[in-house]
Amino acid sequence: MTRTMTCIECPQGCQLTVEAQGARVISVAGQKCKCGDKYARQEIEAPLRTLTTSVLTRGLELKMLPVRSSKPIPKEKLFEAMDAVKRIVVTSPVKAGTVVAPDFLGLGADLVACRALNKL
Amino acid sequence: MKNRELVIVGGGPAGMAAALAARAAGVEDVLLLERDQHLGGILNQCIHPGFGLHHFKEELTGPEYADRFVRLVKEDHKIEVSLRSFAVKLTTDREISFLRPGALEEVKARAVILATGCRERTREMIPIPGSRPAGIYPAGLAQKMVNMEGWIPGKEAVIVGSGDIGLIMARRMALEGVSVKAVVEIQKTSRGLVRNVGQCLEDFGIPLYFQHRISAIHGSGRVEKVDVVRVDDECKDIPGSGFEITCDTVLVSVGLIPENELLEMAGAELDRRTNTPVAEGVNLTSLPGVFACGNACKVYDLADSVTRDSELAGKMAAQYLLGGRAA
Ligand SMILES: Cc1cc2nc3c(=O)[nH]c(=O)nc-3n(C[C@H](O)[C@H](O)[C@H](O)COP(=O)(O)OP(=O)(O)OC[C@H]3O[C@@H](n4cnc5c(N)ncnc54)[C@H](O)[C@@H]3O)c2cc1C
Repeated sequence: MTRTMTCIECPQGCQLTVEAQGARVISVAGQKCKCGDKYARQEIEAPLRTLTTSVLTRGLELKMLPVRSSKPIPKEKLFEAMDAVKRIVVTSPVKAGTVVAPDFLGLGADLVACRALNKL
Repeated sequence: MKNRELVIVGGGPAGMAAALAARAAGVEDVLLLERDQHLGGILNQCIHPGFGLHHFKEELTGPEYADRFVRLVKEDHKIEVSLRSFAVKLTTDREISFLRPGALEEVKARAVILATGCRERTREMIPIPGSRPAGIYPAGLAQKMVNMEGWIPGKEAVIVGSGDIGLIMARRMALEGVSVKAVVEIQKTSRGLVRNVGQCLEDFGIPLYFQHRISAIHGSGRVEKVDVVRVDDECKDIPGSGFEITCDTVLVSVGLIPENELLEMAGAELDRRTNTPVAEGVNLTSLPGVFACGNACKVYDLADSVTRDSELAGKMAAQYLLGGRAA
């Protein structure tokens, strides 16, 4: 089966043509760099996405803290991840990179602060 | 009135890059004015990844990209950062008035860099007839409400315009559990990045209607539905092609317009259509010693390019101030 997809690794957005048999990739064409090949294979086998969202804070300079998953998570877990994030409230000051919730889905990915926030 | 070497208005990526580059080129006194309570500008609300691939060779979120510059700016004691400081006036001979809590300050600068960014075009700037119910927001404002205030504007949304802000907000709202019913684009293609069409719409099954426009917004009190119609290559409505979408929220993402009121006040020449400074080259204005960079100079797609060009603006200001002495 031939599928076309847009590589999302960088803003170039290469159009990839992927030849696959079920979840087995036979060939990838159209990429301008090696990321394209890797992306297409991952996308056919098990698509991953980095989650970025913001979580509530209490007693800090801003009402919300922007956060990200420390590594991409399975695409189908995004909504489950959002539910988990909604239960978190950050109350201590953070720096960019501070782990806010370790292994927050049991998938080995941490939830990490994207900026510094001090006490109010 | 205090005398200062270089005054930079705006603490987004443009203002921060210009400040750091001017310092690196030998300017000893920089005052950076920012009206918000934090540095970072629009990046503070752009919590999605997609920044830094050129400048840092890794993909960062907007706040992370800003954070790297904020740290450098804060470490440099010759850059005085004045937050909650709103520049309200600029004169031809570079006198700046700014408001900060409890005071109106005036400074005279030997050079000025305007890095005031853009504001959003609004529904009023593109004609959408119909009633004027609640529930219609510029997409960037909605982005700020959702990402920084934790306030979700509605339950069922239609997005007008398929530029990056529209696409990114479609995904953001979908993630927050809003039913995003459609993105409506009058052109044949999206102005946004192709990868955003993929990861923001296709991932969430959000339909994108090219060559369609919202012909009316209906609702008493709150938005209830929109009328959508197909258009031909001349952007004229195709009779009989109309349909309705019920929704309680409409996000309008129809582009950005540079904020250059200060330049205008100082008597600089502006292009009436784009609101950008008319000048001999990038980062220049028609006034000597007054520079403009970042989204105030022209609308950029990538923060990385803002950083690159704004560093140049910092250097240009240094050269203006120091002449042959600039590093
Ligand atoms: C929704 C959205 C999504 C984007 N996504 C991406 C992306 O994925 N990748 C990417 O690379 N780029 C992206 N961009 C583009 C990038 O973020 C911008 O080009 C960049 O942030 C512009 O920087 P700037 O410093 O010129 O303006 P801004 O960030 O807008 O900063 C201007 C600053 O000036 C201040 N200011 C204005 N007037 C005054 C005044 N009179 N006195 C004092 N302060 C003042 C403002 O408060 C603000 O802090 C996106 C932009 C938007 C809007």
